[in-house]
Amino acid sequence: MTAILVDRETSLAEGSDDQPWRRAMRRLVRRRGAMVGLAVVVFFVLIAVFAPLVAPYAPTATDWGAVRKAPTLAHWFGTDEIGRDVLSRVIFGARASLMAGVVSVLISLSFGVPLGLLSGYVGGFLDGVLMRIVDAMLACPFLILAIALAAFLGPNLTNAMIAIGISAMPAFVRLTRAQTLSTKVEDYVEAAKAVGNPHIRIVLRHILPNILAPIMVQATLAIAAAIIAEASLSFLGLGQQPPAPSWGSMLNTAKNFLDQAPWMAWWPGLAIFVVVLSFNLLGDGLRDALDPRHR
Amino acid sequence: MLTYLIGRIAIIIPTLFFVSIIIFGLQQLLPGDPALALAGEERDPQVIQFLRHKYHLDEPLPVRYALWAQGVLHGDLGESIRINKPVLDLVLEKLPVTAELAGMAILVSLLIGIPSGVISAVKNGTVIDYGANVFALWGLSTPNFWLGFLFIMLFSVKLGILPASGFVPPSEDLGRNLATLVMPAFVLGNASAAVMMRHTRSAMLQVMSADYVRTARAKGLNERVVVLKHALRNALIPVVTLGALEFGTLLSGAVLTEQVFTIPGFGKLIVDAVFNRDYAVVQGVVLCTATAYILLNLFADIAYFLVNPRLRA
Repeated sequence: MTAILVDRETSLAEGSDDQPWRRAMRRLVRRRGAMVGLAVVVFFVLIAVFAPLVAPYAPTATDWGAVRKAPTLAHWFGTDEIGRDVLSRVIFGARASLMAGVVSVLISLSFGVPLGLLSGYVGGFLDGVLMRIVDAMLACPFLILAIALAAFLGPNLTNAMIAIGISAMPAFVRLTRAQTLSTKVEDYVEAAKAVGNPHIRIVLRHILPNILAPIMVQATLAIAAAIIAEASLSFLGLGQQPPAPSWGSMLNTAKNFLDQAPWMAWWPGLAIFVVVLSFNLLGDGLRDALDPRHR
Repeated sequence: MLTYLIGRIAIIIPTLFFVSIIIFGLQQLLPGDPALALAGEERDPQVIQFLRHKYHLDEPLPVRYALWAQGVLHGDLGESIRINKPVLDLVLEKLPVTAELAGMAILVSLLIGIPSGVISAVKNGTVIDYGANVFALWGLSTPNFWLGFLFIMLFSVKLGILPASGFVPPSEDLGRNLATLVMPAFVLGNASAAVMMRHTRSAMLQVMSADYVRTARAKGLNERVVVLKHALRNALIPVVTLGALEFGTLLSGAVLTEQVFTIPGFGKLIVDAVFNRDYAVVQGVVLCTATAYILLNLFADIAYFLVNPRLRA
């Protein structure tokens, strides 16, 4: 009884006539970790967008008089093996990492969500076949499948994004299907069917909006995984190709100079860690805000 | 029991079929004529014609798939064009190295993940719980190849107590074998430890509010006995089976860890094959990892079924 009263008071305090999304956003704003994550993500996005204005040097400009120099006032993060400014390369590298994270997840979403909706809504034989294909894709470890795809497609950033997007897609199919299965038996969906709505309208108007919350959470966490995957592929030489900067390819070069120029490895690795941590914090916060059961 | 087993095994047949389609399909992604790609620098029309015939590239796609699948079912995963060795032999040669590394990494993840998950759940809402959650986030957010570099810089370059790279087989020198694998195992097990910690924490939180735990407390049992004997034993059932699913993550991670520490295992095999354009090896490695993953999942499901009396009822 007390719990019901508390719930009622909470909902009154939050404005009971509010949209559920607004209430969720208010809950998100109250989560400090998620807000810190969001602030850091926005910071890196701004840095990536305004890289030419923020970076002190051009990312590919070499200075043979300053090869493998430790951090100084002129080069805050030091220089690499051919005298390029590490800070400038980390700043420009944010473009490749963030773009890879977002584009890969967009690829996963644009194929995974429709397939999951189709599988869950239609069911039967089609569902069986689609799920076996998804099982087969999930059986291939994520990075190994991405490496194989990138190897066959050819090593560059675009193909790396496609490879990561395809490899991450099965998780979205599974999630969307599961959510569709539980939503399609809800009374409001039955009612929409009873009044003669066409299937496409039921799926897009009545099911999809109600399953968006978990998909958004998964997408945020998947961006974090995709950024690590892009860095991994670039580290292996299958992503962004030199001399264009990317955090993964910078680490690939740095591995040969760990004892002479450790700063070459510190900063790009730290950048990956901070961005991925921020997306994970934001994703965890979103999950708690959108699904009250997790609170 | 038998019905469950038959049903569970029946599911893996279509899954394996689709895995084979995906892996065979990889070859179709090669831009242009696959025979030209296989020939590499060689542009002699006779060589290209020979390759086209040898790999059945002049046959229709379904026929090529059937021939490839027939070979796979007979243990013929093709031949490495660079090393001139059957792919299966190469895989079997590298497998023990990666298996040892993955085994040690699983041990690390269990030894760190389960105790920290239990403590976090028991101390729910305290600073300790907060600290354990921060550790989990750290583990999930750190790229393992970067962590490898940090370990090398600290333990090899600065302190000089562990070798930075290389591998010594256990049959040759067990002490040096462990010395070469201890850092890679920690690096590889780090992310899995975080996952295990989260699973253990949530399973423990669920179990701690169960009736039988309340009854155990009501009987006046010591809290340590309640946690370790009554709660943990039940919470571990899903955790251990979920741990089996971490195998895929470990195999992915092994590719990078082996690259950082120059360990001649499965991961290094696929990376070298990618750069040598040795596509049969790439396909072979993906097929073997996928099959191993499917079988491990099957064993995990069966183990879950066997150890959980509620499912057998």
